[in-house]
Amino acid sequence: MSEALILLGIVIAGASGFPGLLFGKWSITGQRITTLLAVLGAALGLGGIAVFWTTGDSQPIALPWSIPGAEFRVAVDGLGAIFLTPIFLISLLGNVYGLDYWKQTRHPQNGRKLRLFYGVLTAAMALVVMARNGILFLVGWEIMALAAFFLVTTEDDEEEVRTAGWIYLVATHLATLCLFALFALMRAVSGSFTLVPLQRELAPGTATAVFILALAGFGLKAGIMPLHVWLPSAHAIAPSHVSAIMSGVIIKMGIYGLVRITSLLPDPPAAWGGVVLGLGAVSGVLGVAFAIGQHDLKRLLAYHSIENIGIIVMGLGLALLGRSLGRADWIILGLGGALLHVWNHAVFKALLFLSAGSVIHAVHTRAIDHLGGLAKAMPWTSLSFLIGAVAICGLPPLNGFVSEFLIYLGLFGTLGDGPGGSVAGAALAAPALALIGGLALACFVKAYGAVFLGTARSESAQNAREVPPSMLASMSVLAACCFLIGLAPLLVVPLLGRGISDWAPNLGDAGPRLAVLAPLAWVTTMGLALIGALLLGGALLWLMLPKVLLVQRPTWGCAYAAPTPRMQYTSSSFAQQLVGLFAWALRPRTQQPRTLPLFPQKASFHSVAPDTVLDDAVLPLFRISAWVISKFRVFQRGSIQMYLLYMFVALIALLLWRR
Amino acid sequence: MVQILDPLLIVALALNFVALGVSRIRAVIHAVALQGILLGVCPLFVHPDIGLRGILLVAVTIGLKGFVIPRFLIHAMREANIQHEVKPVVNYMSSLLLGAAGTGLALVFSYTLPLTAEHAKLLIVPASLSTVWAGFLMLTTRKKAIMQVLGYLLLENGIFMFGLLLLEAMPFLVEIGVLLDLFTGVFVMGIIIHHISREFASISTEHLTELKE
Amino acid sequence: MDTFLHNAIHIALALTLPPLLLGVIAKTKALFAGRVGPPLLQAYYDLIKLVQKGSVFSPTTTWVFRAGPVVGLVTAAMAVLLIPLTNSSAPISFTGDLILLAYLLGLGRFFTASAALDTGSAFEGMGAAREVTFACLAEPAFFLGLLVLAKLSGSLQLAGMLGGALAPHWLTEGASLALVLLSWFVVLLVENARIPFDDPNTHLELTMIHEVMVLDHSGPALGMILYGAALKLFVFGALIVRLAFPLTTGAPWLDWPLFVAEMLAVAALIGVVESTMARLRLTHVPVLLVAACLLSAFGIILLVR
Repeated sequence: MSEALILLGIVIAGASGFPGLLFGKWSITGQRITTLLAVLGAALGLGGIAVFWTTGDSQPIALPWSIPGAEFRVAVDGLGAIFLTPIFLISLLGNVYGLDYWKQTRHPQNGRKLRLFYGVLTAAMALVVMARNGILFLVGWEIMALAAFFLVTTEDDEEEVRTAGWIYLVATHLATLCLFALFALMRAVSGSFTLVPLQRELAPGTATAVFILALAGFGLKAGIMPLHVWLPSAHAIAPSHVSAIMSGVIIKMGIYGLVRITSLLPDPPAAWGGVVLGLGAVSGVLGVAFAIGQHDLKRLLAYHSIENIGIIVMGLGLALLGRSLGRADWIILGLGGALLHVWNHAVFKALLFLSAGSVIHAVHTRAIDHLGGLAKAMPWTSLSFLIGAVAICGLPPLNGFVSEFLIYLGLFGTLGDGPGGSVAGAALAAPALALIGGLALACFVKAYGAVFLGTARSESAQNAREVPPSMLASMSVLAACCFLIGLAPLLVVPLLGRGISDWAPNLGDAGPRLAVLAPLAWVTTMGLALIGALLLGGALLWLMLPKVLLVQRPTWGCAYAAPTPRMQYTSSSFAQQLVGLFAWALRPRTQQPRTLPLFPQKASFHSVAPDTVLDDAVLPLFRISAWVISKFRVFQRGSIQMYLLYMFVALIALLLWRR
Repeated sequence: MVQILDPLLIVALALNFVALGVSRIRAVIHAVALQGILLGVCPLFVHPDIGLRGILLVAVTIGLKGFVIPRFLIHAMREANIQHEVKPVVNYMSSLLLGAAGTGLALVFSYTLPLTAEHAKLLIVPASLSTVWAGFLMLTTRKKAIMQVLGYLLLENGIFMFGLLLLEAMPFLVEIGVLLDLFTGVFVMGIIIHHISREFASISTEHLTELKE
Repeated sequence: MDTFLHNAIHIALALTLPPLLLGVIAKTKALFAGRVGPPLLQAYYDLIKLVQKGSVFSPTTTWVFRAGPVVGLVTAAMAVLLIPLTNSSAPISFTGDLILLAYLLGLGRFFTASAALDTGSAFEGMGAAREVTFACLAEPAFFLGLLVLAKLSGSLQLAGMLGGALAPHWLTEGASLALVLLSWFVVLLVENARIPFDDPNTHLELTMIHEVMVLDHSGPALGMILYGAALKLFVFGALIVRLAFPLTTGAPWLDWPLFVAEMLAVAALIGVVESTMARLRLTHVPVLLVAACLLSAFGIILLVR
C-alpha cells in the first residue's frame, strides 16, 4: 500500500511538468496545472510515508526489467522513509513558493523548463531512495543528477551560470563513476545487483575499496570538504526554491547513499568511523569558516550546507565507531542525531534559502553589503530568516538544538569506560562541534544583521516590499516545523528509532532506547519554559517602558550629527577578524588602498574569499590534465582513412591479445 | 613526593607557551626564569635523599637560572633599549599551535621510549621533549638576538629535565659544567648584543646577514 | 520539603547576589587604586534607578532591538537555574544540561549582538563583531574543560560533574583540574567582558566590546542588560567556585554562607586581576583564547594518556 502510493506520487510528480509544455510561453494556466500536479504528487508521497509509519505496512514491489542484472525492485523501510519525507515536503513547498517567485509571465523563457525538471528531480530522488537494485539506483541517480543540472542552469544565458553548471556536471559525473565501480564491486561479492546485506565476509582490500568508493562517490554529492567544489556556486546561482531543494534534499542523497551502503556492509573496522568522524569535523569547521568570508547571501548559505553535512557526517562516524566497537549507545545517539539533523537541515536550510529568495525577489541582488534594513519593509520574511538562523546555529528552543544535543551526548559518551574502552580522540569532536556552533552564530548574526537590520545600504533595498502570501505560506510551514521538532522531539523518536534499527538490525527497536539515552522530555520542558520566560520578560519590559518618557532620537554616533547608511558596519568588516583567524585556509584576497599621501585620493577596498580547494587544487589539476591530454591531439588527423587505420590496428591488436 | 612533580612540570610546560605566545621580552624572561626556578626545585622531589651536593646543585641552579641570568638579560634588554619582538617569522598564534602540536607528539613519542616503569608514569620525558621543541621554535622563529638567547635557555631547561631521570647516574660536576657553559654563553651573547646594538642601532639578527660579505 | 527549601534558597540567592559581585569587583579595584570607590551596593542602586527612567529609541531600530535585553536576561536567568551551587543538585538538572547551559548563553549572545546591529551604528557593529568572534574561541575552551570533568566524574550532569564528586580527583588528577580551572577563568574573563579582554569602565568606544554593543539602550532595557550581565558573571563564577572549592561541610546552614563567601572571593580575585593587568591589544586576544583552549586540551590529554 505505502509503496504503491509513493510510486503513484512519483509518477504524478515526475510527469507534472509535461502538461505545462502544452501551454504557451505566457500562460499562467499551464503553471497552475503543473504546480497542482506536483503538489498532488508530493502529497501522495507524503501520504504513502504516513501509511508506512502508522501501519508499518511494506510490500516490496519487484517487476522484471529487460536490462541484464536489473530489476525494478522498490521498497520502503524506516531508513528510506526518513529520507523520503524531506524530498516530498520540500518539493511541495518549493512548488507552492515557485508560483509567485518564478511566475511564468515574468520568466517566459525558462519557467516551463524549470518546473518540468523540478518534478522530474523529485521523482528521481524518491526513486533513488526506494530502489533496491543497483542498476535502478544508478538510473534514478543519473536522472536526478541531470535534472539538477538543468535546474542549476535555469538562467543559462548568463556566463556565471554556465560555468557553475559545468563544474557541477563534472563533479556529479565523477560521483557517478565512483558509484559504477562501487556497485560493480558489490555485485562481484554478492552475485547480484540486488541491494541486500552482504553475507560473506569481505576481504579487507575489497572492504576498503568499497568504503573509499562510497565515501568518494556519495561524498561528492553530499559536498563533504574537500569534495565540495561544485556546491557553493551551484547553490548560489540557481533560483532560490531550487537552491532550497538542492541544499535541503539533493545533497542528503549523498548521505543516504553512505548510510545505506554502510548498513549493507559487515561490521566495519574502527578506522572507518574515525576517518568519517574526522572528515565531518573538518567539513564542519572549514565549511562555516568559508561561509564567514562570503559576501553573497546564497553562497554563504551554501557553505553552511557543507558545515551541516559535516555535522551529519560526524554523527554517522560516531555510529560507525559504535558498530566497530560494539557500543549500542554510540550507534543510537550518533545515527539518531545524524538522521534528525538530515531532517532539521532540510527544514531550516530550505527556510533560509526561501527567505533569501524573497529578499532577492524584492531587492534583486544577492550582495549582502547592498542590503540592510529589510526588517521594516519585509517583517515576515525577516522573521522567517531569523527563525531559520536561530535554528541553524543549534540554539534552543528550535530543532537544530535537538540533533546537535544528541550528537553531543554521543560524543561525550565516548569518554566513558565500557565495552570497547574509551576513544578519547572521538571525544575531541565535541569541542570541534562547539567551535562550529560558535562560528555559525557569528556568521548568522552577520548575515541577519547586515541584511535585515540597520538601514538600507542601497536604493533598491530602500524600496523593498514584502513578498506575496504564497511565498510566505511556504516559509511559515517550514518555520512551524522548526518549532515542532524543537519543542516536541519525542514525536519523531519512534520514526528515528525505525531508521536506526534498519541500519543496525541487531539492536532491536532503537526508539525507546533513544528516548532513554537522551532526556528529550527535558528538552521539551526547557524549550516551553524558555518561550514562556521570554514572553514574560517581553511583557515585563513593555510594562516598565514608560509611555510618556519614550523618545525617538537617531542612533548615537559619538555626537556625529549626520550619519549615513554607508557608515554602518558592513558584513565584511564584521567578519574581518574571523577571516583573519582562518586566513590559512581561506586565503582571502584583498586590495587595499595606500593611505600614505597627505591628501588621500578617492580609494576603494576590495576583498574576496574564493574557494581555496577549487582555485588552488582542482582547477590547476584540471589544467595540467588538459595539457597532458592535448598531447593526444596528434592522433586526431581528421581524415577518414586514418581513423579506419586506427580501427584496423586496434582490431589486430585485440585479436593478438586474445589468442 | 613524586605526585607533586607532575604539577610542577605542568606549570613548566605552561610557561613554554607563555614564552611562545608573548611578545613582551620582559615577560618571556620572567617566564623562563620561573621555569628555571621550578626545575631547580624538582631534584628535591625526585630524590628525597639527595645529600649535600644535591642541595648545592639545587641552590646553584636556582640562583643561576632564576636570578643571575634573567637579571643579566634584563640588563642587556635595557642596554639595547628594546621591549618587544615586533614581527616574528612565525606569528604568535601559529607558534602556540606548533608548540602544542610538538607537546602532543612528545607525549606520543615518550610511550615508544624504553623507559623503566616508574619513569614511564611521570611527565618528565614528554615535558623535557616539548620544552626542547619550544626552545627550537624560539631559536628559529624569533628575530631579536635576545629572544634567541631565551630560546637557548628553554632548550637547556629541557635538557635539564631529562637529566632529572639520570640524577643518580650523572655526576653533579657534569651538570654544573653544563650550567657554567650556559652562563658563559649567555654572558658572551650579552656582550655581543650590547655591541651589536651599539654598532647597528638594532639587534635584529636579520641585519647580521649583511655581514656575510 | 527539603528540596523545596533548597531550591528556594538557590533561586533567591541567584537572583539577589549577582549585582553584589559587581560591587565587590569595583571595591577591590578602588582599593588597589587607593580610592574609596562606589558603595558595595552601587549596582542595585543603578538597577533601581534605570528601571524608573524613560527610554530613548532610535527610529532605525525594530523589535529585535528590544528583544536583545529580554533574551539576554532570560537566558542568563535560566542558566542560573542549571548550575549546582552546593552539593545538592540545581533546581533543574538532567543528563546533558551542560550543553543546554552553553547554548542558552549562545542564544543570549545571538540576540544581544543582533540588537547591536539593529541600531545601524558602526561602533555597535564593531562591538558585536568582537563579541561573537571571541566567543567562538571561548566556546571550545569551555567544552574541553567539560570533557575533563565528564571523564573524571563519568557523569553528563553538572550536578555530578562539579562540587563534591570532584574532591577526591583533586588529589589524584589535580594537574588536569588546575589546567581546566585556569582555562575556565580565562573564559570567565572573556565572556563577562573583563580586563584583559575588555575594560568595562573604558570611555573610548573604539576599544570596547560589550559596553559598546549596548550604547543605544537606555532606561529599563539597559537595566535588564546590566542585570543579565551580572547573572552571567554569577553563572561563570559559580562554575569556578564549584570547580575550585569542591568541599562542603554537608550542613546546609554552613554551606550556603560558605558558597557566598567563595563567590565573593572569586569576585575579589577578578578585581585583583583587573587592577594588576593591562588590557590586551585586540589582535592579541585570540592568542590568549587559543592558549586557554590548549590548557584545557592538555588537561584532557593528561587524563587519557
